[in-house]
Amino acid sequence: MTSETPAKKDVKLSCRNVWKIYGEEPKQFFEAGNGAVESPVSLANTISNSNHIVANADVSFNVHVGEIFVIMGLSGSGKSTIVRCISRLVEPTAGEVLLDGEDVLKKSDAELIDIRRHKMGMVFQSFGLMPHLNVIENIAFPLKLQGVGERERCAQAERVIELVGLQGRESNFPNELSGGQQQRVGIARSLAVEPEVWLLDEPFSALDPLIRKKMQDEFLRIQSVLHKSIVFITHDFQEALRVADRMAIMRDGAIVQVGRPADLILNPVDDYVREFTRDVPWESVLCAADVAEAADGPLKGLGRVTADTPIDSLLGYLGENADGVAVEAADGSVIGVARAANVVKALANGYDTTPADVRR
Amino acid sequence: MWDRIDRDVYHWFAIVLITLALILAQPHVEWLSAYPKNLIIPFADWLNAIMNWLVTHLGWLFMGVSWLLEWPIKGVRMVLQALPWSVTGFLFCLVAYIASGWRLALFTLTSCLYMVIIGYWPESMNTLSLVAISVPMAILFGFGLGVWAFYSRRAERAIMPLLDILQTVPAFAYLLLILMLFGFGTVVGLIASVLYSFPPMVRNTIVGLRRVPAEVIESGLMSGATGRQLFWRVRVPSAKRQLLLGVNQATMASLSMVIIASIIGGTADIGWEVLSQIRKAQFGESLLAGLVIALIAMVIDRVTSGLATQSGDYENRKRSQSLRHRALLIACIGVVAFYALAKFIPALEVWPRDLEFSPARSMNESLTYLIVNFRTEIETIKTLAFFFVMLPTKIGLQGSVSPFTWGFELQTWHSLSYAAGMTMLGAFCAYRVNAHVAIFILLFAIFFYFGLTKMPWPALLLIYSFAAWRIGGTRLGLGTFFGLGFIVVTGIWPEAMLSVYLCSIAVIISFILGAGLGIWAAGNDTVSAILRPINDTLQTMPLFVILIPFVMIFKIGEFTALLAIIAYAIVPAIRYTEHGLRNLPEGVIEAAQMMGCSNRQMLWSVKIPLALPVMMLGLNQTIMYGIAMLVIAALVGTNGLEQIVYIGLSDGNFGLGLIAGMGLAIIAMIADRTTQAWSRKKQNIAEIHFW
Ligand SMILES: Nc1ncnc2c1ncn2[C@@H]1O[C@H](COP(=O)(O)OP(=O)(O)OP(=O)(O)O)[C@@H](O)[C@H]1O
Ligand SMILES: [Mg+2]
Repeated sequence: MTSETPAKKDVKLSCRNVWKIYGEEPKQFFEAGNGAVESPVSLANTISNSNHIVANADVSFNVHVGEIFVIMGLSGSGKSTIVRCISRLVEPTAGEVLLDGEDVLKKSDAELIDIRRHKMGMVFQSFGLMPHLNVIENIAFPLKLQGVGERERCAQAERVIELVGLQGRESNFPNELSGGQQQRVGIARSLAVEPEVWLLDEPFSALDPLIRKKMQDEFLRIQSVLHKSIVFITHDFQEALRVADRMAIMRDGAIVQVGRPADLILNPVDDYVREFTRDVPWESVLCAADVAEAADGPLKGLGRVTADTPIDSLLGYLGENADGVAVEAADGSVIGVARAANVVKALANGYDTTPADVRR
Repeated sequence: MWDRIDRDVYHWFAIVLITLALILAQPHVEWLSAYPKNLIIPFADWLNAIMNWLVTHLGWLFMGVSWLLEWPIKGVRMVLQALPWSVTGFLFCLVAYIASGWRLALFTLTSCLYMVIIGYWPESMNTLSLVAISVPMAILFGFGLGVWAFYSRRAERAIMPLLDILQTVPAFAYLLLILMLFGFGTVVGLIASVLYSFPPMVRNTIVGLRRVPAEVIESGLMSGATGRQLFWRVRVPSAKRQLLLGVNQATMASLSMVIIASIIGGTADIGWEVLSQIRKAQFGESLLAGLVIALIAMVIDRVTSGLATQSGDYENRKRSQSLRHRALLIACIGVVAFYALAKFIPALEVWPRDLEFSPARSMNESLTYLIVNFRTEIETIKTLAFFFVMLPTKIGLQGSVSPFTWGFELQTWHSLSYAAGMTMLGAFCAYRVNAHVAIFILLFAIFFYFGLTKMPWPALLLIYSFAAWRIGGTRLGLGTFFGLGFIVVTGIWPEAMLSVYLCSIAVIISFILGAGLGIWAAGNDTVSAILRPINDTLQTMPLFVILIPFVMIFKIGEFTALLAIIAYAIVPAIRYTEHGLRNLPEGVIEAAQMMGCSNRQMLWSVKIPLALPVMMLGLNQTIMYGIAMLVIAALVGTNGLEQIVYIGLSDGNFGLGLIAGMGLAIIAMIADRTTQAWSRKKQNIAEIHFW
């Protein structure tokens, strides 16, 4: 999950100072055409004061190869807009979207179609299945548009159907499927063209909790096989925790904070971010490295654990050994020592309950 | 809020006073009763001049087009006439089966047998060949325009009013135009029917394409669709159901127009057959022929709507797909088999004359018997309606009450007590209900006393425009003013009022009866089940078939027209009322039940007020249906604009016919927009009340 560092660290997809303004004349605010402005906050204010809607303000982030990048934010904070900007379903007002170092926004229509056919896949919150096509036709639809032959098309579609576990439903129509099954079709369709970048806009939010959990597992399983570069939007922090390598929190179109989930939990930049992380069971998020403090004494005699050991699995050991445990990095060097007191302190941060009235 | 309403009432009151003043002044000021002749703008003459110029200078062009279009019709006609009826009939049944199943196939078979046995098969095939060409043309044209309007706002703004005009100006008005440009023959029917039937296709295309969910479009884009692929592979298939609905409506419109167009003759088709039988007063024959049209219409309607629902029903699609593969095979085998069979049994090729069976003669005889024996009853109904409803509305109590009609002379004290009584009723309503009802009663009393056609035109212009303004805002008010102004300055006001008079009586009666039936049907499933097929039939029935039974019994005249209009216009009144009452928000009904509403209270103070917006839409449709039928009713002798349209057609006076047609269209549009605005207003109020 979280700390498993991707094999390659190359940047696959990169948003640079992306702005999306809705209104009469959005271009007027970007004379230079470049989204990199001095003070984005004041510009955003100016814009929204002049009868325009700021859907995305100066959004920048990188997604690395094989990484799952999660975006969270309240309703209307511009999450859907930013993935639509990346796929150019909406045209950003300013900024750059780099895919493998090339600006997607500068591509011609034909090139764009080519990118969508081979490099990008997208899963929609409300599925967006073609009502007039059955499961296999829906999945093979992008291939059909490319002019792939019937036999090859079917073989490929069968392969992804297996991947999402929809065998046996090939000839059903969307209205005969449950929400979960429909979303699998959506996922399979976006996978059929073997995209390198995969955009998922709240893929599971229409599903009930049990199915959602199952779909998340399946999603992670698929990702462990395919290693795509993924932008994943969700409303659900638990879901983000399960899937995210890194995540961003958005507010009013702008990114408030980017980082590993644990970073956001431990060091939220403001109350808005804290609000998101409030109900998270910290012991399952934090790992040994997050609570370790620099060793001030000899390390001899202490037990050793790797940096990514989850805290909850250490609780028993720390209860017995007051001296704590030495935390070592991947290369074997010691990062620090984690003691019961560190854990308690870290956990205390995560709970919102008013402290008990302790009498002396 | 209150002072607004008050001001409104003052204005209305002022208008009532002005109206009375104008009526009093009328005998002394001549231009009040009739718009001066020398001020009439001769639009009709101008139109005729333009027309003549067109015909002399560009006639060859249109004639060429006409000549070209003649060919496909001739081709289809030849094929349909050459095929043995058994082969064609078999194919029809097969199509019906695929579209909807056994029952429709059986119905189609019965219809075909009926046409054959009655002896109208060749005429029916002629009608069908015209429809077969005009429908594809209308669909292609309509689809093209719809797509254009979908992509271009500007195109939409230009196309929509055109559709309104084509659907409201009576066909008789432009039939002559087509006739003059394209010459006699089948092509006139073809072009008229294309013109009349493409608008619904345009509307459905636009709606269908608009309704495709954004997500489906986006996922199409993300699948890498090019512009063309997005259109043909994503938008069109997703909109298929709506498109097929358009095809259904276009087909029905086309069929009805082909029949109307046969009024100018030139083709041995079924519409012509009906008309000439009516003209010869051969009622049995005309009814039998009319039934053929009705059957064709019903079969085509069921087949196309069957295909439309099927396409939305994806579960069925698999079944029907495999069926379709087999169908081609079955069709081939069947055609060959029946063809061969027809060679051995000539009756399967062409039904022999002496085997034709027509009950026309006995129908005529029984009708004669009926009319002779019930003459007094029929006459009584007619006179009662005429003396006590139609005449007073037309020329007022003032003109119609006489010893001959009502049995007494209208004395001053009669008039005075009428005035006093009505004023008191108005005052009572103002006190108990509201001031608007009171105003309405006062105006109605004035109308009924002086007669719609005897009212000074400036007063009516004022009343209508003011009402439209209050209901629909400035634009509607101005539109009404200028629309009616056009009718005044072209000199067709008196006839327009005759149309309004006949249509309003019909609409009021239809709506009251229809709403009553609708209320009954909403509360009683048996009634509902009985009414539904009757409504369906009346709605698919070509308009002038509806005329036939009434002409049979009541002969030519306004009363017959009135009955025919009612028979047709009552359908939407029933439908919308029932629909409105049956689809009320459950919560409100339950709440009312818990408050202890009696059944009657439930109906009158809960259900009907809630269903009112829908019922208003029903009224709107009742008016539209009424006007549509009014135009056709000109055939049985009315005196309004519709008659001028018809006269324009038969006298070859294009300008006159078109002006009168435009007059009718203006009246229709004003009625339509006003009732719609009213319904919207009611809806808002209802929402405020209940949420
Ligand atoms: N076509 C549009 N025209 C005008 N404003 C728009 C348009 N599309 C989106 N917006 C605005 O942009 C803002 C961001 O919308 P967006 O759909 O990206 O929100 P979101 O974060 O995806 O919300 P949700 O969680 O509800 O899906 C919203 O304030 C929205 O009103
Ligand atoms: Mg969204």
